[in-house]
Amino acid sequence: MSQYVLRRLLIAIPSLLGISLVLFVVLALAPGDPFSELATNPNVPPEVQAALRARFGLDDPIYLRYLHWLNAMLHGDWGFSFVSRMNVDTLILQRLPTTLYVIGSAQILALLIAIPVGVYAATKPYSLFDQVANTLAFVGFSLPTFFTGILFILIFSVTLDWLPFVYTTDIKGTGVHWVLEMIRQAIMPVAVLGLFQAASMTRFVRSAMLDVIRLDYVTTARAKGIGQRRVIVKHVMRNAMIPVVTLIALQIPAVFGGAIVTEQIFRIPGIGSLLISSILSNDTPVVMAVTFVFACLVVLFNLIADVLYGWLDPRISLR
Amino acid sequence: MLDKELRSMIGDVKDGRMDRRGFIQRLAAVGLTAPLANQILALGGVAMAEGVSTYKPTKRGGGGALKLLWWQGPTLLNPHFATGTKDQDGARLFYEPLACWDPDGNMKLVLAAEIPSIQNGGLAADGKSVTWKLKPGVKWHDGTPFTADDVVFNWEYGKDPATSALTIGTLRDITVEKVDDLTVRIVFNKPTPFWADAFVGAPNTLIPKHLFKDYMGSKSREAPSNLSPVGTGPYKFVEFKPGDLVRGVINPDYHMANRPYFDSIEMKGGGDAVSAARAVIQTGEYDFGWNIQVEDDVLLRLEKGGKGKTVYAVGGDTEFIALNFTDPNTEVDGERSSMKTKHPLFSDPAVRKALSLLIDRESVKKAIYGRAGRTSANFLNGPEKFVSKNTSWEFSVEKASKILDDAGWKPGVDGIREKDGKKLKLVYQTSINGPRQKTQAIVKQACQKAGIDVELKSVVASVFFSSDVGNPDTYSKFYADMEMFQIPLSQPDPSQHMRRYLSNLVATKENKWQGTNFPRWVNKDYDATIQAADGEMDPVKRAALYIKANDLMYQDTVFIPVQHRLKVEAAATNLRPVISGWANETDNLFDWYREE
Repeated sequence: MSQYVLRRLLIAIPSLLGISLVLFVVLALAPGDPFSELATNPNVPPEVQAALRARFGLDDPIYLRYLHWLNAMLHGDWGFSFVSRMNVDTLILQRLPTTLYVIGSAQILALLIAIPVGVYAATKPYSLFDQVANTLAFVGFSLPTFFTGILFILIFSVTLDWLPFVYTTDIKGTGVHWVLEMIRQAIMPVAVLGLFQAASMTRFVRSAMLDVIRLDYVTTARAKGIGQRRVIVKHVMRNAMIPVVTLIALQIPAVFGGAIVTEQIFRIPGIGSLLISSILSNDTPVVMAVTFVFACLVVLFNLIADVLYGWLDPRISLR
Repeated sequence: MLDKELRSMIGDVKDGRMDRRGFIQRLAAVGLTAPLANQILALGGVAMAEGVSTYKPTKRGGGGALKLLWWQGPTLLNPHFATGTKDQDGARLFYEPLACWDPDGNMKLVLAAEIPSIQNGGLAADGKSVTWKLKPGVKWHDGTPFTADDVVFNWEYGKDPATSALTIGTLRDITVEKVDDLTVRIVFNKPTPFWADAFVGAPNTLIPKHLFKDYMGSKSREAPSNLSPVGTGPYKFVEFKPGDLVRGVINPDYHMANRPYFDSIEMKGGGDAVSAARAVIQTGEYDFGWNIQVEDDVLLRLEKGGKGKTVYAVGGDTEFIALNFTDPNTEVDGERSSMKTKHPLFSDPAVRKALSLLIDRESVKKAIYGRAGRTSANFLNGPEKFVSKNTSWEFSVEKASKILDDAGWKPGVDGIREKDGKKLKLVYQTSINGPRQKTQAIVKQACQKAGIDVELKSVVASVFFSSDVGNPDTYSKFYADMEMFQIPLSQPDPSQHMRRYLSNLVATKENKWQGTNFPRWVNKDYDATIQAADGEMDPVKRAALYIKANDLMYQDTVFIPVQHRLKVEAAATNLRPVISGWANETDNLFDWYREE
């Protein structure tokens, strides 16, 4: 087992190197300039813009820039943002809590909806409940988050005036009031993201359950006179959850990566909005760091999913 | 105009035989505005009028929180590093300049004690130096006194290339000397009629020497104060998250009486202009929304029964179409749009003239800019005293067709005009931005009616305005026949703005397309006019020179002005923001208050 994990980690190194190289080259080849805003400022002569490019190494050949980056990264130096001249790791750490809170809550909401609904729908396939759940799930994942987000804003903020639609990180007040405000302002983004996730996950749980529920050992368990509840929870669900766990594990990097569209709509200062604003301003070090961290997380959670797989289903051996 | 009469009038004001208001009214009668009259008095030896404050509250604080919404939040708070206005806006909450600009383009004192004039000895008669007296008793937020050393330090800090400061453009050609603890002298290397650039306005605010002196040059990025400013401003720094949030609280020791009004301030970033307008005008979650570039229809709808309104400020920003005087399609020595070529179509002045008749500025205003635009025939639209009254514009497909007919451009079988085998086909580029694409469509349609085929091209803004030498789509390479954008006028003076189009500043491969004259227009008259204006200390003659420069551009149809654009902001109904078209939105923040 530990040998397996070690081997997988070693294999991860070349793949991460490859990912970083591809990311870097793509970003370097992408046209644009972090200082483009200066071009139309008559107070800033063009040679100042050019001197800045040179100082930040933007005019060096790509391979040199990559080697510099890689070398710095190995020493734990993530570089600094061209736009804010701040260290990239500080920028990311500043944004991380918000993203974890909002996206994490959305994932939990999705699970809380998807598992009970999916399981119940699978126990009574093609019943009225199943039909309704199915229809809602289809509607749910057909509607993109930017649409539901704006719809929610129009209904709950503009028309009803119940919820704020600008997310603030510095809520005034302490104690219970602070907690309540935090929850209040997160309701809409969490609902938008959570419902979208829940929709597809419900379908997934349902089909995983249906696959297992027809197996012979379930019939045997029923024949032994075990109650419906116990059969479903102890016998069916445990096996049906194996693919679901993989799916969830692979979703976790997304919790760290943020949700670009939703964060933009609700002005949530998370990783997603950091990424998009950095991309728009060609702030290569930040884009590079965020995407690379994301890549690392994907590799890591893939490994975790595989290990969990073996633990959930002892028939699968890891070698 | 009436040079002699004006001079005697200035003399009258000086001697007290005519009062200031009378003088301004006389000038208004001949079409000159109050700001101009004030400037004329200033350089005629009478002190420049100070901007009038409309501030009403009679005590400091008590105004609660002020919530600002910047849909692009500040990403850094050191004014010397500010790449865009958003960063200057954020830094300006805490840092202050010597003086700033009010809505009429008049100077308002901030850290300076008086406006330099020839009369008070602040301004050298030859225009080669200006002496600023600093306000005594001003303290940085940490209690250290603000002195002339701080001002000199800002110059040393910014002009050092290793600092990588953006203010280097303003600071490198001047010398700043300390006269005494509360006096500094700025020495220019040539007569400088517009002396109020360095240390004036939000882009040129002052940082404290005692916190930055160890972080000059290549260590500039490491200064802890980059992220936690200690300034002299009305609000003290509390918290900063790049791109997301800036927070401050009232400075109880602020050096202006009864100010500021608000107890705390918050500047939230992120999102987009439309939802920012919504949060201010419709739901009232925020008090003020910055740069609301939203179609007027949408704003009008939001304003109905809303909690806020739009606020406009007139500056000198002109959206224009520039015509290429060189050939973008022929490559000479590896360079397109080379100075060795002539534009095959635009070298005929009739084509340029016809094009200027085909830009329906009124429709562009109606359909796109609404209350945020004004039609204009001029490239230079402000300050008022520099605006030419000799020009006019018109939209007429018939007249354009006639001009083209007369010049021998006859419609071919496909309806497109041609002459000597050259077809009137043009590529028209701009950056990607809703209003610009709509304008392109309006222009294309009119051109089609006149037998000109226009191909539209849109480039992402970060590429279009890039200085990347390797990219063919930048505005300065100008690989198109015409291109549209705007160059903001960031101070109430046209000198830097107009100097860009000198013949020796053409953008070429040789200067890595860093030349500012991107239309590649060469005109000896224009060069002479601008050079004369650069050294002209007489404000009346100087204004006349810039008007002449504008008219030369008009006659040659170098730029076709599409719209004189106003600043648009959103504010809560009871908020009294002070917004100047000549300054950043937060430049007059100390004068903001709320009507109870």
